[in-house]
Parts: sequence; C-alpha cells; structure tokens
Amino acid sequence: MANYQFIDHKFDVVVVGAGGSGLRAALGCAQAGLKTACISKVFPTRSHTVAAQGGISASLGNMGEDDWRWHMYDTVKGSDWLGDQDAIEYLCRNAPAAVYELEHWGVPFSRTSEGKIYQRAFGGMTKNFGEAPIQRTCAAADRTGHAMLHTMYGQSLAHDTEFFIEYFALDLIMDEGVCRGVTAWKLDDGTLHRFQAQQVILATGGYGRAYFSATSAHTCTGDGGGMALRAGLPLQDMEFVQFHPTGIYGAGCLITEGARGEGGYLTNSEGERFMERYAPSVKDLAPRDMVSRAMTIEIREGRGVGPKKDHIFLHLDHLDPKMLAERLPGISESAKIFAGVDVTKEPIPVLPTVHYNMGGIPTNFYSEVVTRLGDDPDKVVPGLMAVGEAACVSVHGANRLGSNSLIDLVVFGRSAALRCADTIKAGATQPELKPAMTDGHLARFDKFRNASGGTTTASLRLEMQKAMQEDAAVFRTTDSLASGVERLAAVHAKRPDLKVSDRGMIWNTDLLETLEFDNLVGQAITTVAGAFNRTESRGAHAHEDFPDRNDETWMKHTLTWFDDATGKVAIDYRPVHSYTLTNDIAYIPPKARVY
Amino acid sequence: MVQLALPKNSRVQKGKHHAAPAGATKVKTFKIYRYDPEGTENPRWDTYDVDLEACGPMVLDVLIHIKNDIDPTLAFRRSCREGVCGSCAMNIGGRNTLACTHGHAEVPGKDCQISPLPHMPVIKDLIPDMSMFYAQYASIEPWLHTTTPEPQTEWRQSPEDREKLDGLYECILCACCSTSCPSYWWNGDKYLGPAALLHAYRWLIDSRDEATGDRLDELEDPFKLYRCHTIMNCAQVCPKGLNPAKAIGEIKKMLVDRVV
Repeated sequence: MANYQFIDHKFDVVVVGAGGSGLRAALGCAQAGLKTACISKVFPTRSHTVAAQGGISASLGNMGEDDWRWHMYDTVKGSDWLGDQDAIEYLCRNAPAAVYELEHWGVPFSRTSEGKIYQRAFGGMTKNFGEAPIQRTCAAADRTGHAMLHTMYGQSLAHDTEFFIEYFALDLIMDEGVCRGVTAWKLDDGTLHRFQAQQVILATGGYGRAYFSATSAHTCTGDGGGMALRAGLPLQDMEFVQFHPTGIYGAGCLITEGARGEGGYLTNSEGERFMERYAPSVKDLAPRDMVSRAMTIEIREGRGVGPKKDHIFLHLDHLDPKMLAERLPGISESAKIFAGVDVTKEPIPVLPTVHYNMGGIPTNFYSEVVTRLGDDPDKVVPGLMAVGEAACVSVHGANRLGSNSLIDLVVFGRSAALRCADTIKAGATQPELKPAMTDGHLARFDKFRNASGGTTTASLRLEMQKAMQEDAAVFRTTDSLASGVERLAAVHAKRPDLKVSDRGMIWNTDLLETLEFDNLVGQAITTVAGAFNRTESRGAHAHEDFPDRNDETWMKHTLTWFDDATGKVAIDYRPVHSYTLTNDIAYIPPKARVY
Repeated sequence: MVQLALPKNSRVQKGKHHAAPAGATKVKTFKIYRYDPEGTENPRWDTYDVDLEACGPMVLDVLIHIKNDIDPTLAFRRSCREGVCGSCAMNIGGRNTLACTHGHAEVPGKDCQISPLPHMPVIKDLIPDMSMFYAQYASIEPWLHTTTPEPQTEWRQSPEDREKLDGLYECILCACCSTSCPSYWWNGDKYLGPAALLHAYRWLIDSRDEATGDRLDELEDPFKLYRCHTIMNCAQVCPKGLNPAKAIGEIKKMLVDRVV
C-alpha cells in the first residue's frame, strides 16, 4: 500500500456536510463559542438543499388561524404513526421561531399584502386536526431551498465557522464505540486529512442515487449512512423511500407539490381528475405516498397518458399566467427545458420519482445518534450526531409531508448545536488518536484507488440502480423484494471485481464515484432487507401481499446492521415513542389514515 | 517585452481520439480539454465520437455518457442536473453555460468544443479553481445587516419591495458571467466581477438591510466596481437569464444619487 500521510486538525465540533442542516448546526456551534469545522464535498451553495422548491412548514398563521398542534397532528398522521411524537412535538413547536430566524438572516420570502411571509397549501397540511387544507408552507416563490441555502451560507460567513470545501469524508474515527473524528480526502490537492473532534455531526443528506430515477442530485449518495454502517452502527427505517408524485417524465427533475398547492391538478388519459376518487376531501393535496400510489394504479389500469400510456398529466394551464410567473417561475422554467412544455398552455408529463429517504441514522430529538444495546433501545453513541435527511429522528416516520424536510433541517440543525453547547467544553483536551483507528480507512481507500478488476463502477452502479427501481418501487410484493435482495447480493458480490481507471489523487472523480457507490450499496441492501422483512403496508411502504397496516406487530422502527465483508444484514427493532415531549399535547393514538 | 504566445508548457496539444462504436448512426464529435495535474504533459484536446442515440439531450448527459462508457478518467463537477446548483458551468461551443441545461443540439457546427471556464486556473480537466471568485463573493458581506432590534416575528416587507429582489436572488454562483467578462479577465484580482456585484446590489436594494451607506462606501473604488465597462457579456451568458450589468448600473446610480 502507498505510504499515505494524514494532515491533522483538531476542533471542538466537526460537521460533515454543508446543506441546510449542516450549515445550521455549524452556525449554532460557532455562535456558542465552539471551534467548529464544516467539511463538504461540494461548495455549500451546491448542496442539494438548493433544489428544494415549495417551501418550509411552520404554523405562523399568516394566512388564517393556525396552531403547532394542528401541524403536529398532520405530521403524525402523515407518518402513518411511525414517527416519534416527542420529536414531532419538538419539530412543530420550534418551527415558527426557526422560520423567523431565517427571515432575520435575510431569506427573501414571498410576501402577503401585509408584508408578512407568504404561506401556501401543501399535501397533508390541514387545520383543526384534519378538517380541511390549510396554508402553512412558507415560500420564497418556488426556490425556497435555494433562498435558504444561500442565506445560510452568507450568514455562516459572518460567523467563525471554518469551511473545508471539496473535502470528501471517508470514514468515522471510532474508538471503542466512541466517535473521535472523521477522515477526509482533499480533492484539489490529493492530501488526506484527519479531523479530530469532541463531536462529529453527520449532515450528509439522503441516498436517492441508489435508484435509477430520482429527483436527487448526483451527489446524493448517503455518504454519512455509508460511514455509519462501516462503523458498525445500524440505520433505521430504511424501507421507507418517498416517491414524489411529480417528477418530470423522462428527466426525473422535480416539479414542486406547491404547483398543486397553488391550484394545479392531475389527470389521467380520460381527462379525469382521478385524485377525487382516492382522497375525496383533500384531493390533489393528499400526502405524497397516496398520490404516488394513485398515479401508479391509474397507469397500471391503462389510464396513463402518452403514446406508451406510462405517465400522468399535471395541469397548471388553467391558472393565471401572472400568478405562475410570480409564484412558480422555477418549475415553469424546468418544464420548458426538460419537457418542452409551456405550462400556461399545456400539461406537464409527470411520474412518481424517488425523492426522499425517511430512514437514516437513528437519533433522539437532541440529534444524538442512538443504537440498540441489549435492552436499551435508546443508547447514545458518544461523540456522534446526525441531522437532516441523513438522520432518522424520526419525525417523518413512514411518510414525510411536503415542506416538513426544510423545517426538519433547521430545527434539528439547531437542536444539535444547542446540545453541543450544553455538553461540550470549548477547547477541552482530546485523547490521542492511534493509527489503528484509521488503518482500515486507508486500506479501503487504497483498495478502491487501485481496483483493477473487470467491472466499471458505472456499470455496477447501474445494476444496483435498476434493481432498486424495479424491485423496491411504489408498490412492493414478496416476490419483488426477494428478487431485490438477490440482485443486490449479486451487486455486492461483484464489488471485488471493480475497476478504477484513474490512479491519481487530485480530483480523481473515478475513485470518488467508486467510494460514493460503495456508500450507496450498503444502504440499498439495508433498504430491500428492511422492506422484505416488514410484512405490512405503512406510509411509503406499500406491500401488496400485506396491504394493511398492522400496528400490533409492526408499530416499531426497523434497525438494520450491515456486514460489509459478507453483505449480510442483521435486523432488530426500536419501539416507536408513544409519548409526547410535554403536557401541552396528548399522545395522538393511531387510527385509520384517510383523507 | 510583451509575450504574445502562450508559454510552452501551457500550449494545448492534440490528445487521444475515441472512435464511435460500430453501428452508431447519429455521431457528434466532442473535443474536450484535458489536463492532468499529476502528469508531466501539457494540456491536450481529446476527441470523442459520441453516439447521440446512447445519451440524453443535454451536454451533461454526453459528459456522463463519456465518463460512464468511454473514458472514466474525465473529470468535471456536476450535481443537481437541473440548473440550480451551478456546479457544471463550463465553456461549451465557445459560450459559458451550464452543461445540464444546455442541449447538445443547441451547439452549432459539427463538432462541439468543451473547455473549463475561461481565465481561471485549471485544477484538472474541466475543473477550474474558483477560490478567488468565492472570496470576492464573501467580500461583499452577503448577509442581512441590521442595527434595529429584531422583531418577535418577521421583518415586514411589502410585495413591491420584495419584488425588487427578483432577478437578483436567483443567482446560483456558477461564475459563467464573471468568467465571460473581458474586464474581469484583465483585472480579476481587483475588479469584483458581475456575480459578486449582482449580489452586492441584492443586499443594497433589500428594504430590510440597514447598511446601505457602508456597503456603498466599500464599493466606491476605481477597481471593485468601476471596471465594469458595460460590455454586457454577463447578461448574454447568464444561464438563469439574470442581468448583472443592470445591477452594476444601479449601484453606480446609487453612488451618484448620494452625492447630488
């Protein structure tokens, strides 16, 4: 093996990832006087938060009466009762303050005539515990994520966060169950770095690219999840993968749910507004899992549109062009570029497309990573936190509501920083790192750098993506999932035959994509394993052989451990928290989820 | 003495040719700038005969096809693939743009030449060093400055005042504009360039910001602002359809207005 040398850094906190949650966590830690590093494989404003469109939910009540309890009820119901209600309460009651904070930092929110933040309707958001749709989603036109991310990066520049940009994190430095830091590869000069910290916060996003067609960016490869699995930690609820109803047919680019929030609707080949049949009260504003299923059923039953009858139309052509230009300019542009459609005149061809991972690294509402140890289902992993899509708090449970992800980023990014401020002493002495803690990181890096088999990373990645797309889709069956388990085992078995052509250390994107692929594989495998194991239907996990929710057996979180050497998955469970955070609201007991 | 030719070690040489697979029917040649920082050779132009039937409609689709199926060593940045992250800015057919939203059919001529954004140091292949560009962006202090105590809820802003931010806040920091500006090529170390100035104006015109005077003081400089000679390449190339030159003009007007 080549003689690799680490360049050492010591911080109080190291945040991995510079999207919405990573920036919020890093900002908070810096504000608390902790020496904070934020490392990211892309320049912060290129993180995938930038692509979030429709908005950020918070019960501000700018468009009429609202209450965080209503928001909480909707989130619990949206999660199909798999969400932890203490964490959901924390999210919803802290949401308004988090949005005001963003506004104070300068986010250019759209405005009401009174000059307040404009809020729009979104799927599953209702008033008075499910009575009727409500406008709760705060929007900056249809570029809310972009506006937030740029503002938060600007705000970070006003504070003392030290950025390490275009550094790719390799592995967690673990010391007998305690996380002591992270290793990383600096792309522009090829050096390797060892970041030591009292607390590592993983804010690495989702793993959408495990699928063939996703709204996710190419960089959404779940690197934090991959690192956690290699550190011997479990991932939680991986079987719950959200399909966004309106990805552009073919290209997979996102068309915001806000399009329906502003009055858009879906039609089938008969021109019928079919959502009226599936969700009579909220129609096109049903939660994403239900709309995606309805669309899939319409297509299966022969009512899809287009020459192959394989997609659905989203209509905005009945709406005022002036409103579209003001509120939905971004998707109007995307529809033009990627579907050749003028939204003021024609419908947009759309298809359910992989969009969000409800599952991830299990945490409590302080954002501390937890695992199951014997009888303790909430054992904190010292030194490690996770936030954002990388984490599973779990506020989204089996299905996330639209606009609840942006609020998740800032509320839990903040909670992580507050917890760091409470538990860490700035500049405290840290134990010496030993080479044995990172030898494995280097061996893995070197193995892939010199991989000289017969299978290119691109071809093996495609094999994984096709298997996920076909076998772990909107609807699953015992047969499809068994096939998925088998096909992904085959992908895993071919990993030793990988071939990397570039041997360099500087911006070796061939190696970078291989390391990212390796991060994806473990998460793809735990996804199908978790799905095969869960013999019920709940939220985004629609199992045709077990079409009903089974609270008696399955109201619990799946934990999956992955053995990198053998590809084997071990499964255990954590109970869903059946309590709230305070007495301000009682536990919301499960009932049938109809809209 | 004035040096009119490139130094020997930066002359771009003829590189490798990758022929189209047998049976390809719709072939276009892509001539791509290659540079390996770890080798000893000069930069080169590699040519790839690409079967357009095998890839999607955008230039980024072609690049990904080349990387996946022809030459995995080709290095370029990319992320969102929908024109919002700004990673894949490069010079395509002589024009700075985003590879992900630029159709290969839009590139005129039989061949399509692709090189990194001009006048930036090249790290590898299509990847330029953007450090200076980012430092200039940071120098305009891109955050809200207020001295009035914050309200309990949001700062009020009328829809009309909010509308003034349209055409500004959408900037994705891709650097297509700045690197297409001859004045920025010449004085890139001292002139802030169109992207940073567009952002400077975004904060100047924000009704919530209370540091207008300080911000203008910072910009009142023969180089930072006044190297804009209204060449307008920035507005021509912006892949988001923004007009940095207009924003720069507005800043100049604000500076005039405060002295007359």
